Amino acid sequence: MDQLRPYRSFVSYIDRSREYYAAQGYDRPYSWPHYDHVPFTPLQKPLSQCRVGLVTTAGKPKPADPMAAMLVQRGMYAEPAVPPPASLYTDDLFWDKKATHTNDVDSFLPINHLAEYAKNGRIGSASPRFYGVPTDYSQPRTLKKYGPQLLEWCHEDNLDALILLAL
Amino acid sequence: MCHQTVSLVARHLEENGLSTVVMGSARDIVEECGVARFLFTDFPLGNPAGKPWDIDMQQSILGMALDLLEQAWMPRTTIQTPCQWPDDQWRDAFMKVDASNREALAREGKERRELQAGMKKSR
Repeated sequence: MDQLRPYRSFVSYIDRSREYYAAQGYDRPYSWPHYDHVPFTPLQKPLSQCRVGLVTTAGKPKPADPMAAMLVQRGMYAEPAVPPPASLYTDDLFWDKKATHTNDVDSFLPINHLAEYAKNGRIGSASPRFYGVPTDYSQPRTLKKYGPQLLEWCHEDNLDALILLAL
Repeated sequence: MCHQTVSLVARHLEENGLSTVVMGSARDIVEECGVARFLFTDFPLGNPAGKPWDIDMQQSILGMALDLLEQAWMPRTTIQTPCQWPDDQWRDAFMKVDASNREALAREGKERRELQAGMKKSR
């Protein structure tokens, strides 16, 4: 044992955000989804034969012109994985901007490393595209719009598995 | 909120026959929602795939996600990576509420609501 602690070590973002917004005067806390049943699909074939894709909540890079950038709406996208993106837009997302940064795409979308794992045979292949899903407070929209669209892209690209990364 | 989004989407994919792994750092949000496989790295939000520019760590974390994809045999399988952030200051600093900022937070919230009410009126 390294230490004794009277609290859990990892941050509870549900508790933290509720207290933070309550301190700002928002008395109705956000309700997070909870499910008792969790669906599970085992891999259907060896990983070395599977095609694997990546999903991020980061947005496509915004145009340098601020006016043009303002007109860009957040939405779903599927972009070629080659060449890998040099940057993605994360400024509007809720991550710890004081503690870290997102200048290295592989720190939140390991697209170069996945290509390496495909090259050395750990996976069958990497998806020709990576996918962006916008962060949305609306749970119905996420389930009814983004889930089905992503599933359609997965079928188009013949994917066997997906790795989804949250900022 | 990103963790909610990927968790809900991952559940939809699993329901429709695709295997998934969620990678992230907000453990409570993902586990409350409930996903098939979760690779948790206890980092500040923003780098679920490893520290920026640390290629060895990033490769290793993605390797663990692939192991999890292959080896999990039941839903709600969470694996925590052994990676550690160099310091722990971020844990208390993120969305901190205490005597030092309570007044400022209340003021910010009030100003935001007034701004939003003004925008609603002018529409």
